[in-house]
Amino acid sequence: MFLINCPYCGERDQQEFKAGGEAHIERPKQPTELSDDEWAEYLFMRKNIKGVQFERWNHAHGCRKWFNMVRDTSNDEIKAIYKIGEKPPTQ
Amino acid sequence: MRNKYSIFSLFKNALSYHENWQRAWKDPAPKKEYDAVIVGGGGHGLATAYYLAKKHNMQNIAVVEKGWIGGGNTGRNTTIIRSNYLWDASAGLYDHALKIWEGLSQELNYNVMFSQRGVMNLAHNLQDVRDLKRRTHANRLNGIDAVYLNTEEIKKFCPIINTSQDIRYPVLGGTLQRRAGTARHDAVAWGYARGADEMGVDIIQNCEVKGIKRNGDTVEGIETTKGFIKTKKIGVVAAGHSSVVANMAGLKLPLESKPLQALVSEPVKPIIDTVVMSNAVHAYVSQSDKGELVIGAGTDDYISYSQKGSHQIVEGTLNAILELYPIFSRMRMLRQWGGIVDICPDASPILSKTSIKGLYFNCGWGTGGFKATPGSGDLFAHTIANDEPHKLNAAFNLNRFVSGDLVDEHGAAAVAH
Repeated sequence: MFLINCPYCGERDQQEFKAGGEAHIERPKQPTELSDDEWAEYLFMRKNIKGVQFERWNHAHGCRKWFNMVRDTSNDEIKAIYKIGEKPPTQ
Repeated sequence: MRNKYSIFSLFKNALSYHENWQRAWKDPAPKKEYDAVIVGGGGHGLATAYYLAKKHNMQNIAVVEKGWIGGGNTGRNTTIIRSNYLWDASAGLYDHALKIWEGLSQELNYNVMFSQRGVMNLAHNLQDVRDLKRRTHANRLNGIDAVYLNTEEIKKFCPIINTSQDIRYPVLGGTLQRRAGTARHDAVAWGYARGADEMGVDIIQNCEVKGIKRNGDTVEGIETTKGFIKTKKIGVVAAGHSSVVANMAGLKLPLESKPLQALVSEPVKPIIDTVVMSNAVHAYVSQSDKGELVIGAGTDDYISYSQKGSHQIVEGTLNAILELYPIFSRMRMLRQWGGIVDICPDASPILSKTSIKGLYFNCGWGTGGFKATPGSGDLFAHTIANDEPHKLNAAFNLNRFVSGDLVDEHGAAAVAH
């Protein structure tokens, strides 16, 4: 439980948000060309990092917009928040 | 040779004020090389080592543990054991474990306090009723004991449940598995550790794995805080930290690690002599032998290794508990904690070889691994020793995420994952 600074609404309780998992997993450009291994990689395989992780969040009980977050998963400290489409900050 | 625990050894040691009990396991320094190394000294890891030594004649093996044995999720779970899963593959896996539980204390000469007090699963809406009836039939077809109870029968089996039909989520029925129950979770780790140690397994505590050395697609050993250990076979049983170990070998797993919470109350006199689980409102409760209510809450939906869950998760569970058991309204909670669970997309475990030769993973147990401890160890030992899975864990391979042949217990298990 922590506070999240929604880039559209400002600081809100984490309860209002839905976590969307790892960010920047690119949707396959040519899905019909994909092998089973590549589908598995895209759909299921995750880095699941202990430490600084790039992830997606949705303000489900607010503006309902998606955005990105850089968060340290070992202590839940939020390092940066940026909008979808914006360049991720370098560590 | 180790002394056998018995009424006579208890009597003998009482004469010396219990000051001369033999150590239950040694504290060896790691050797340079082992035939196999198990990473993770929880129940599943120690059970794997035990069965490797006992059934597959592999005594030159070690268990390396970052902290102390049984100090991770083995000591954090709510100790529920059951096998009433819907799908055939899961039923086979979990009932294999349950059958071993039934003779485990005798086999290990260690009292794991296995108590077949029954597990009830409640239905709170029409869909729950249909699902639970379907599951009861599926269980019976798989030879697993299961009965469906109506509201009156539930009240009779567990009188403190509020079966009033005008509450928000009334009890409409439920299932009962009488062979299910609880066990003392620490004792399971200690019993397996003692058994494995006696057969020559080195249990190395305070030894964190820092890296996995590979030569192409074959493992060569592990880097640890106590130096390099050479081995051809590595079995990783690291629960919530499985992905961390996998990343050391350059492997990605289909896992997300999340905090799962539980709490216990102050100890009181016996009030509930079974385990009651409720999927729809996510509340489950049993009473430990010390008298504490043991309450399981849910997971947070974000990835975290912080071992701290959110307050609203506990609040939601306690709201549900109070509606179902108004008698607990003035109970005080003693302790609350969070553990990190590794959840698979299909909420079923992985007991599997990997694309790297000699590297095996036993992970993805998510919120419900304790019940499977003996079976998991037995089948994982088989997988490591023979370099191929036993027929009972063949469905739980890593390749299912490529083939699409998932064991989808997510909505089908007896409690929400």
